[in-house]
Amino acid sequence: MNTILPIVGGLLLVLGAAFLFLGGLGLVRMPDVFNRIQAGTKATTLGTLLSLAGFACLQPDWALKLFLIGLFVLFTNPLSSQVLARAAHRSGSSMSALTSIDALAKDRNEPSGEPL
Amino acid sequence: MVNFLITLAAMIAGTAFLLALWRFFQGPSDADRVVAFDTLTVISLTGIVLVAYLEGRAIYLDVALVYALLSFLGVIVVARHLERGL
Amino acid sequence: MIYLLPALSGLLCFTMLVAAVVAIGGRSMSIAILAAGLVSLVASVLFLILASPDVAMTEAAIGSGLTTFLLFFVLGRVRAGEHDGEQP
Repeated sequence: MNTILPIVGGLLLVLGAAFLFLGGLGLVRMPDVFNRIQAGTKATTLGTLLSLAGFACLQPDWALKLFLIGLFVLFTNPLSSQVLARAAHRSGSSMSALTSIDALAKDRNEPSGEPL
Repeated sequence: MVNFLITLAAMIAGTAFLLALWRFFQGPSDADRVVAFDTLTVISLTGIVLVAYLEGRAIYLDVALVYALLSFLGVIVVARHLERGL
Repeated sequence: MIYLLPALSGLLCFTMLVAAVVAIGGRSMSIAILAAGLVSLVASVLFLILASPDVAMTEAAIGSGLTTFLLFFVLGRVRAGEHDGEQP
């Protein structure tokens, strides 16, 4: 048990780093602001949580504080993603040519909606 | 074995950091750069925890908490400014 | 493992240079403010590598949070003041 836990932590760390890499790759490769928001926020949230779990396996004494950081990331990151997508849509960012439907097109024509 | 895995993870995360930095430098619109800023801060949060592990001091994790709070605040402020002014 | 912290420092210094270039050469004022905030955030990680967590915490709070908020507040006020004389 005492020897298998650091190996599991290292593997979790590599898996989380792989998800961070996928987030960065999606940030470069995606054609559109909104797709980049999805890639740059959701994948990096999962990567950060997996990395924090890996560090908690490597140092079991820090598990409570790492859990607190993970909870904080889990709360704040989707919120910033939503606010950012809303601001990008209101400020009239151009969509990709592959986008077939915009369900909030009426909202774009009235830029001064109700506040946040 | 564990040291090799940690080094490999740090190299992969560093590559992700460089990709997000390229998008921050290149980004055509303002929203692209804000997304790249958010991704950079989230990746460097993992970097702070890595530094805390390498130095072996638990007090460094408090810096990670403050860092997450402040980067979130910056993204919220710039999104409000992009939307319709502060 | 020995070379991990110097490599991380080099990556962060390169990031600071790129963010400073974006802050100087960008066309948009808000992106310049955001890039200045990124310089402060990366500087806080560098202070952490230099083994001073209190300085890092202060840099993250003042340099990124307060300065970014204050500059965006002033930018909004300046943009609002440009059109004061149009409708008397």
